[in-house]
Amino acid sequence: MNSMILRATSRLILPAALIFSVYVLLRGHNEPGGGFIGGLIAAAGIAVHAIPRGRVSLTQLIFASPKTYIGTGLVIALASGLPAFWLAQPYLMHQWPFQAIALGTTLIFDIGVYLVVIGAVLSFLFYYLEE
Amino acid sequence: MTIVALVAFSFLSAPLVGWAGGRSWPLVAAVPLLLFAGFCFFLPILPAGEVALETYRWIPALGIDAAFRVDGLSLTFALLICGIGTAVFLYASSYLKGAPRLARFYTVLTLFMASMLGAVLADNLVLLVVFWELTSLTSFLLIGYSPERADTRRSAQQGFLITVAGGLAMLAGVILLGSLAGTFSITAILEQAEVIAAHPTAPAIIMLFAAGAFAKSAQAPLHAWLANAMVAPTPVSAYLHSATMVKLGVYLLARLDPVFSAHALWIALLTGFGALTMLTGAVLAMRETDLKRVLAYSTIVSLGTLVMLIGIDGELAAVAVVIFLVVHALYKACLFMVAGIIDHATGTRDSSMLGGLRRHMPITAGVALLGALSMAGLPPFIGFAAKELVYETGLELSGSWVLVVVALVANVSMVVVAAIVAIRCFYGDLSATPKAAQDPGFAMLAGPVVLAALGLVFGAMPWLISDSLIVPAASATAGAPLDYYLTLWHGFTPMLALSVLTLALGVMTYRRWDGLRLKLAAITTIDLWGPDRAYDGLMNGLQRLAAWQTNLIQTGSMRVYVGRTLLTIAAAGGITLVARGGLVLPSFADSFVPEIAIAVILAVAALAVVRARNFVAGIVAAGLVGFAVALLFLFQGAPDLAFTQFSVEALAIVIMLAIVGRMPFREHEYRSKPQRRRDRWVAISIGLVASLLMLSVLAQPFDDRLSVFFRETAVPEAHGRNLVNVILVDFRAIDTLGEIVVLGLAAIAAAAVLAGMRRAKQEERQ
Repeated sequence: MNSMILRATSRLILPAALIFSVYVLLRGHNEPGGGFIGGLIAAAGIAVHAIPRGRVSLTQLIFASPKTYIGTGLVIALASGLPAFWLAQPYLMHQWPFQAIALGTTLIFDIGVYLVVIGAVLSFLFYYLEE
Repeated sequence: MTIVALVAFSFLSAPLVGWAGGRSWPLVAAVPLLLFAGFCFFLPILPAGEVALETYRWIPALGIDAAFRVDGLSLTFALLICGIGTAVFLYASSYLKGAPRLARFYTVLTLFMASMLGAVLADNLVLLVVFWELTSLTSFLLIGYSPERADTRRSAQQGFLITVAGGLAMLAGVILLGSLAGTFSITAILEQAEVIAAHPTAPAIIMLFAAGAFAKSAQAPLHAWLANAMVAPTPVSAYLHSATMVKLGVYLLARLDPVFSAHALWIALLTGFGALTMLTGAVLAMRETDLKRVLAYSTIVSLGTLVMLIGIDGELAAVAVVIFLVVHALYKACLFMVAGIIDHATGTRDSSMLGGLRRHMPITAGVALLGALSMAGLPPFIGFAAKELVYETGLELSGSWVLVVVALVANVSMVVVAAIVAIRCFYGDLSATPKAAQDPGFAMLAGPVVLAALGLVFGAMPWLISDSLIVPAASATAGAPLDYYLTLWHGFTPMLALSVLTLALGVMTYRRWDGLRLKLAAITTIDLWGPDRAYDGLMNGLQRLAAWQTNLIQTGSMRVYVGRTLLTIAAAGGITLVARGGLVLPSFADSFVPEIAIAVILAVAALAVVRARNFVAGIVAAGLVGFAVALLFLFQGAPDLAFTQFSVEALAIVIMLAIVGRMPFREHEYRSKPQRRRDRWVAISIGLVASLLMLSVLAQPFDDRLSVFFRETAVPEAHGRNLVNVILVDFRAIDTLGEIVVLGLAAIAAAAVLAGMRRAKQEERQ
């Protein structure tokens, strides 16, 4: 599906979608947003960029295979529950070391979700892209 | 030195060991060696009968703690795991030099060692199950070291399926035992042993735990996987399939022995299957020529012996279990590594092609002889003490001559196997081998030399380990402090007579082994009807069942498949709704104008989907329906939901358009009139049922307890104002974790299927 219009517009959509997705991810705990939606937005931007350009350019764009994103995301989400052990609390009890700026381990968990969603959507898409 | 720190260190060192192992540095052995040293710090507490316990909160809501326990039994296992681990890691750094995928191999091997340590040190049954399954998983990856080969894949899968199926049975046993005892803590369960053993559910618990342990420890008839696992690299066989993983089942039985030792079913199951396994292994070992398979079957004999000894009640049996366990681990790891050295140096490990290697590999020959003498149970090796104890245990039982005879057969087979490895390969005439043989370097010899020497040292000076390790471990197995003094020489006893008889029969059998082997190998019934074939039959049956039910449901036409699914949902939902009297309609009195407007848009869009003449128009119209629903969410005060719905819809349209380009979809309508009529009824029925269901739900009074709870606790406890996100990442984080695991796995599975389809299409084109 090599459309000139898609090619041109996607160049603008990609950075906008990525920046917006990070914004949505970061604000998620207090305003509408979060890792899941952020991941979907980022994946949509990447998909629009990759569809007219094919598979090779997708791999170049995201540096690794979508599976790596899934694995990395899962490890990050799993790891976000570990600090609780240190404080003799149950696993996945989130910690808030920087309460003043509302920064806690929930964000690490959400980043994990974000990466898994991106990886999952892109690995579905990967095999429908032209070589 | 805390227990949890040692376990955590073993897990966390995995990437580092993987990195060093990828470069084949002998330094990889430093990690198990450090762990060994760490566990040695616990040795002084044992003689006084003390137990080290550590408890951390893990899942307090379910009463599950991350608890660890060091007593004689778990420390014996931990020291064996780390000690033999050191030898194996060092050996592997030379044996596997230049092999592919080494970084992954060492990472998994370290994770395996860590899981083993976790399993034997866990003081909580749930924690034990988790580590237990981790050993199955890592062992699957290690057996499947060369996934290009079909036999490797089959063996890895077989080992995995059998041990994990056993693990599931064990999990059921854990849940039963936990709910009966009111706790998952092993220490607390051991304290109420008598109550548990007398309870009516005890037989069920015993059977479930025995199933788990038997699968893991390769008891007949579940023994086939162990011999097949020999496709793994030799360091793996030496470590997992002789000294550690297969001993985990033995550990579990020994751990629970104080609870059930007097239960008739426990005794019958363990002694019965143990004896059966001993005989099976003894016969099968005599049929093989591949050194690794011969050793694997002799491992099965030893595992049977251990299970039988645990089944026998009494203090002597407990001592026999522990000493036999240690002895077996020492000589078996040593002999496996010798088999690997022979394979490495000559290019073959077929004992019928080997002979006279002593001339080229004198050191290896010496090591093999030391290990084999301990295996054969000759004085002054510690193996002698172990064998005497096995006989003494059998003789002490009144009237159980059967067990003594079984033990005799098993021990004779041990003598023969020892002779095959140490004498047949190294003495006699020199046979031509594919490669010119010579002794290997330090890294490959150090481990076997130390292990073989320990067999001699412990035999000559049993007091070295008697009070410090063996007796405390036996006390833990027996469930009460024992007073025993381990000696090599017991004087002229019936056991000594049996030992002499064993040796004589062993030498006789070895001299006639060639003829015997051919005769046994000619019995094709074992190959045609053995458990290994039964496993194949089971797997084929499973595949046929899957193919049959897939054909039944998925006819190959996506439309029929979707239609059937929707009709089933409609029928189930509709019948339940009417039959249970749930059908009520809410009042529409307080609907407001924007909602009605959106409802109109929705209806128009839905109509457009139905009327669309090609797929692109249909997809866009369906997207419109989704956007209208999102608008509805927005008006109902759920901006998050609306937000997600918008993103999902946009992405769905993009992906569907990408797929349409690659699919043989036709531009125009291709269904016949009757087909269209049938599809219409499917659509109407699912739409009607779904609508009525939603309306009935809306008519119910709203229970706001959960919403109130989340609204009140979100900010003070979870520091977030976005309720949806707070629930997802905090209150129900474990659910979300499960969901992203499912999402990731589904994506990987789908990617694999899609890649397979693409490959098939490419082959078709060529």
